[in-house]
Amino acid sequence: MPFIPHTDEDIQKMLGAIGVNSIDELFAEIPNELRSDDGLGNVAEGMSEMEVSRLMKERAEADARTLCFAGAGAYEHHIPAAVWELTTRGEFYSAYTPYQAEASQGTLQLLYEYQTMMSSLTGMDVSNASLYDGGSALAEAVLMAVRANRKSKSRRVLMPRTVHPNYRRVANNIVKNQGIVLEELDYDREGGFIDPDNLPKDPGDFAALIIPQPNFFGVLEEVDALTNWAHEHKALVIAVVNPTSLAILTPPGEWGETGADIACGDGQPLGAPLSSGGPYFGFMCCRDSFVRQMPGRIIGRTTDLDGKEGFALTLQAREQHIRRSKATSNICTNQGLLVTAATIYMSLVGAQGLERVASACHENTLNLLDALADVSGSNKLFNRPLFHEAVIQLELPVEDVMRALSVQGIIGGVSLADDYPELGNAILVCATETKTAADIETFIAALQRIAKRLTANACPVQPKMA
Amino acid sequence: MLIFEKSKKNRVNAPQAPLSEATRSGIPEQFRRKQRTNLPEVSEMQAVRHYTQLSQKNFSIDTHFYPLGSCTMKYNPRASNTLSMLPGFLGRHPESPDNLSQGFLACMYDLQEILKEVTGMKAVSLGPMAGAQGEFAGVAMIRAYHDARNDDARTEILVPDAAHGTNPATATMCNYKVKEIPTNSDGDVDIEALKAAVGPQTAGIMLTNPSTLGVFERRIKEIANIVHKAGGLLYYDGANLNAILGKVKPGDMGFDVIHMNLHKTFSTPHGGGGPGAGPVGVSERLEPFLPVPLVAKKDDEYYWLKEKDRPQSIGRLSTFMGNAGVLLRAYIYARLLGKEGMHRVAEFATLNANYMMAELKKAGFDMAYPNRLATHEFILTLKKQAKDLGVNTMDFAKRLLDYGFHAPTTYFPLLVPECLLIEPTETEALEDIDAFIEAMKAIQKEAETDAEKVKGAPYTLPVRKLDDVKAAKELDLSWKPAAQ
Amino acid sequence: MSNVPQELRYTKNHEWVSLNDDGTVTIGITDHAQHLLGDLVFVELPEIGITFGQEEDCAVVESVKAASDVYCPLDGEVIGHNEALSDTPELINQDPYGDGWIFKLKPKDDGAFAELLDADAYNEIASEE
Repeated sequence: MPFIPHTDEDIQKMLGAIGVNSIDELFAEIPNELRSDDGLGNVAEGMSEMEVSRLMKERAEADARTLCFAGAGAYEHHIPAAVWELTTRGEFYSAYTPYQAEASQGTLQLLYEYQTMMSSLTGMDVSNASLYDGGSALAEAVLMAVRANRKSKSRRVLMPRTVHPNYRRVANNIVKNQGIVLEELDYDREGGFIDPDNLPKDPGDFAALIIPQPNFFGVLEEVDALTNWAHEHKALVIAVVNPTSLAILTPPGEWGETGADIACGDGQPLGAPLSSGGPYFGFMCCRDSFVRQMPGRIIGRTTDLDGKEGFALTLQAREQHIRRSKATSNICTNQGLLVTAATIYMSLVGAQGLERVASACHENTLNLLDALADVSGSNKLFNRPLFHEAVIQLELPVEDVMRALSVQGIIGGVSLADDYPELGNAILVCATETKTAADIETFIAALQRIAKRLTANACPVQPKMA
Repeated sequence: MLIFEKSKKNRVNAPQAPLSEATRSGIPEQFRRKQRTNLPEVSEMQAVRHYTQLSQKNFSIDTHFYPLGSCTMKYNPRASNTLSMLPGFLGRHPESPDNLSQGFLACMYDLQEILKEVTGMKAVSLGPMAGAQGEFAGVAMIRAYHDARNDDARTEILVPDAAHGTNPATATMCNYKVKEIPTNSDGDVDIEALKAAVGPQTAGIMLTNPSTLGVFERRIKEIANIVHKAGGLLYYDGANLNAILGKVKPGDMGFDVIHMNLHKTFSTPHGGGGPGAGPVGVSERLEPFLPVPLVAKKDDEYYWLKEKDRPQSIGRLSTFMGNAGVLLRAYIYARLLGKEGMHRVAEFATLNANYMMAELKKAGFDMAYPNRLATHEFILTLKKQAKDLGVNTMDFAKRLLDYGFHAPTTYFPLLVPECLLIEPTETEALEDIDAFIEAMKAIQKEAETDAEKVKGAPYTLPVRKLDDVKAAKELDLSWKPAAQ
Repeated sequence: MSNVPQELRYTKNHEWVSLNDDGTVTIGITDHAQHLLGDLVFVELPEIGITFGQEEDCAVVESVKAASDVYCPLDGEVIGHNEALSDTPELINQDPYGDGWIFKLKPKDDGAFAELLDADAYNEIASEE
């Protein structure tokens, strides 16, 4: 029996001790008319580990390795070999939330180190121990900002259209039930950013402004001016940031005169494989004064009965298991294992290593853009500084180009047709440190071939019908 | 010692990062970071040693019996991990086109079908990333259903007083008022109180069955009728699904929407606090509102259904596809078990819990519901020990650590004073269960002869009892470098 | 048994209220309440100048194992709060009716104070728990 260690003898002994004759008698309290003992007709028979291995290998190989120039919130970075070797050690992998602190010092100390690393990266005072992913972290940040802003009772939050479209969707889906309105701020068509000179003159009362850096297009926002503007209007600032970029970009804690109030984002670039979109982890950091409004687990350093240093879950009175309907969030289980990977990743690459990763990604993307400039019918949009991602406009229909590339195993970026129709045939491209000059050449060559073929097909003069 | 205290300036751990130095080309000065981060500079070996040693300070399923009630800490098969981390799965970008994703999509589609069958629901969405997010999806669908009918009088969600804290917290996130329903002395919902509480203001009720009290809610059909008659919907919290897998389906009990905790019932790892996965299943009337994305199949081809295909959906709750890697692990587990294996899960989880309860009862411990059968878990109360010996539940829990057992859940549910919620799971062998029972007896004896010893526990772990008050009062949430 | 001074008024939510000479009132939580909560680690004070209705939650007292709302016993405007609690919340444990006071209120209606519970009535409620 898979994973069940009982022998027939064990079963008889246990039934005897309970004082029943069969296991079935133990289900006597379930009303008979509800029982469905043979009701799993649509579930297949069990397979051996060998058979399941075969099946899964076949399926994994069906999704053959691709050459990926897509980013858009999920970035292919090199993950040092030690990261997942350590992360999948049973002591990390098969433990749970560290409720018994004395028996969980490994996880707790690691989380304290993680909080320290994230505080340093973002330049903020404190970090929690993770949320689910970037989109849901932004939703929690919005809820938190509305709670924390004592100067405003407004439930309006300003959301630039330069924030990842799926982050905007997730945030709206989660906060709208509480009467919070995410009001869109449109972007400048030339620069692909929120132009501080064109902000509403009289924005009315609002609780917070969200500022992405880099934004979804890869473009750098004028974070200092935006932060100051929001603070002048008594609103809080929520930064949505890429953690890799923070090795070289100004951290949210130093934006404008007094810094952002909350910083959040997706931790995927720090050691999580692409893995079809998850599991990743959401991170959140904030000012000291807002720590009691923060959702999620928080670890603190303290001492034991003998005065020895140790770590424990703290500020639990904010959480659902104590505060129930008045908790800061309903979150319970978070993404602990991914945080374990991220902490080990950051330790292995270190301060300088992360700078190198960020710089290498950025340079590779600039190389890709240079190469694309030579492809006829492709045109870089937005004239502002960027980080490791950019928008390219094509003369040909995006869907056709993407499909043709995919047949050759190349993911040529992410189409913006659905979310930004005003940009025409636009794609978002990214080349991380994992891409070589040869990879870029392969991509460009394929694109040129496809462009030629598609234009050739479209070109012949259509016969005039009578 | 913290990793930062092992760091030395200018030690570059070359092979893990690109070899060339950072150039920051093209990034104007005004956007550049001025001060380097304090990420540690350690060698690969230093990091490996540090985190290996940290891991050894943890209790885990792989190293210890971990009968944490309501958390289903059963064995996490290694095959689930290895096979979910095959390169084809790990390297797949979430925006990969469908034609490069058929292997992954096939797994997701199959998993949807399996979960439909075990829960008896009409349709399943895999997106929610943990139990609490599954709950949110469920209650948001209840709201969307009433809204679609223009029934805006429904402002309340009913929650039994024994419920998980996530239930009332979720109801609040969906802007419902929470009304608590009391429990009777046998651990069932107080039916008269429920009748009095329902009305045109009732949006729905959130129930766990078996309940958090470790007993099966016997009058579930009657509860379903009362709530449905009032126009409300029934939400099933799947935290305890392990107890009934293959025995009874939530759909047959009358539930309209359920979430499952795959990190419990389908044995995906708990990871020191996650990631989990909280797929939701719905009855026919809630199907249009399911969160996206969903996986569909036509002529042997699998494809995504997203926002534009599902106009009434409550939308997406994750940036991409939830915790896809966790879903793969659950799928592998389900295939290893198959139909027969799933039936055995509930049977042996229930056998282990009832055996343990019977033996602890014989040893003189008091049960919260002595006249009921245990489900996959049961509640023991140490009220007598706390009163007579001055040794409370926390003391017992900490002393269990010295005996090499992770403590059961303590002080939950809040209804039962001085309680331990004990869930052995089906994967524990009789020998290990007996050893736990012997430890409980030994601690009882210690409590009677040397109470101070028990109260001072633990003694054998990396630290002794920690000062929670200091942790909360003198907040120290991150390491700071010593002042220069 | 916990201490319930005769000269104060009370609410069923475990707040005490004392009437000052100038018609304002001082509010804190009872000895019984602080005992139930255990060691307090944080107090969120109501901001001065804000108006609360009766039974509206206006402050939070937090221990390691619980966080509890403090409900405004009367309609009125907050005119002062106990700044010392920000650094030393344990004052509530040590001296709930003295140094552990939480805030001062200017009641909207002068007669409302008299309608609060007296010590005997509160004692009855507290001893039932």
